Amino acid sequence: MNKYVERLYNGLIKENPTLVLMLGMCPTLAVSTQAMNGIGMGLSTTAVLILSNLVISLLRKSIPDEVRLPSYIVIVASLVTVTELLMEAYVPSVYEALGIYIPLIVVNCIILGRAEAYANKNTPLLSVMDGLGMGLGFTVALTLAGLVREVLGSGTAFGFRVLPESIEPIGIFIQPPGAFLVIALFIVIMNAIGIKTRQKKLVEGCDGCCSKCSSACEKSGEGSAK
Amino acid sequence: MKSLILIIIGGALINNVVLNQFLGICSFLGVSRQMKASASLGVAVIFVLTIASAVASLLYDFVLQPLGLDFMKTIVFILVIAALVQIVEMFLKKTSPAIYQALGIFLPLITTNCAVLGVALTNVQNGYNFIESVLSGFGTALGYTLAIVLLASIRTRICEEDLPEPLRGAPIVLISAALMSIAFMGFSGLSF
Repeated sequence: MNKYVERLYNGLIKENPTLVLMLGMCPTLAVSTQAMNGIGMGLSTTAVLILSNLVISLLRKSIPDEVRLPSYIVIVASLVTVTELLMEAYVPSVYEALGIYIPLIVVNCIILGRAEAYANKNTPLLSVMDGLGMGLGFTVALTLAGLVREVLGSGTAFGFRVLPESIEPIGIFIQPPGAFLVIALFIVIMNAIGIKTRQKKLVEGCDGCCSKCSSACEKSGEGSAK
Repeated sequence: MKSLILIIIGGALINNVVLNQFLGICSFLGVSRQMKASASLGVAVIFVLTIASAVASLLYDFVLQPLGLDFMKTIVFILVIAALVQIVEMFLKKTSPAIYQALGIFLPLITTNCAVLGVALTNVQNGYNFIESVLSGFGTALGYTLAIVLLASIRTRICEEDLPEPLRGAPIVLISAALMSIAFMGFSGLSF
């Protein structure tokens, strides 16, 4: 397979950041009340991820190793601020719905994780494709979770009514507990049909969220894959 | 006075940071396997979050706001939090090695805990003054500690149960969190 297409496949399916790697759980749980919010959050994260991968990949030879994490954080935080201001100006309804979770893209583990694991070792074009793949994988997972919660919790999909009025929606699914339940259900299904998730590592306590252990995770991940 | 107490209760119980607002989920799921580690992380979070809220509030009121640099708050806050965690770490290492040993790896991990940045930003959004920000940070951290210690004690029980294979690991933890979240919804009756 073409190595650029391979990055897309990797992000969307093989290493889907949400469902397989279980990174970025906070936004996944928080904004998946509606499918539309999932798309909004997913696409804004994708934009930040592509740009941060590009910038970090371009600068990979000039950033000294000792200060690379602070440098990455500054780059990501600047990109997030730009995205936030653009969203406030052009899509105020999405901006209102996502609220505090837009600035919190800065601490989304997927972004720092990809910078550390991929963009600082690979060429700009490959890094962009990696960001695109990971971002789309995140978007798909978020939209899927949002869709399930929206259909069950309010009987609509993307704002259109799909369940007849006579069926009472199960309100708990758009409340906070519903988020935990739906994601748990997704992982149970994936476990049952035999897709390996990274849940074992999650239980071990190193969930790749911290920049300090993400490199250790990569190494142990490669080790266990063999 | 009443409003100050309400801020603490609101942060700790009614709007529980983990179970209601989904901030700090990563460490909530990752660390809660052991009781001792959870309690240590909880203490570290209380420590850092309270100080971070205070510093962020001062910076916003006296530097960012007067200079009209409102839009820079995300960048400034995340850098301040990262630096603060480093300083707290160095300070503890020098003054009380026992606490430093007990907290171990959890202290540096707090930088990437989105609860810290989340609370700093929410305080600004709500227009809290200095004292309100500190109390809100303290209350939120208290809620985080409560949630993670509760989940850790549930998980020590789950360990001994015979679960169906697909439920093992992350799913059962998420389901426990969902049940806890339902229980915490009851606290919304406290808001008056």
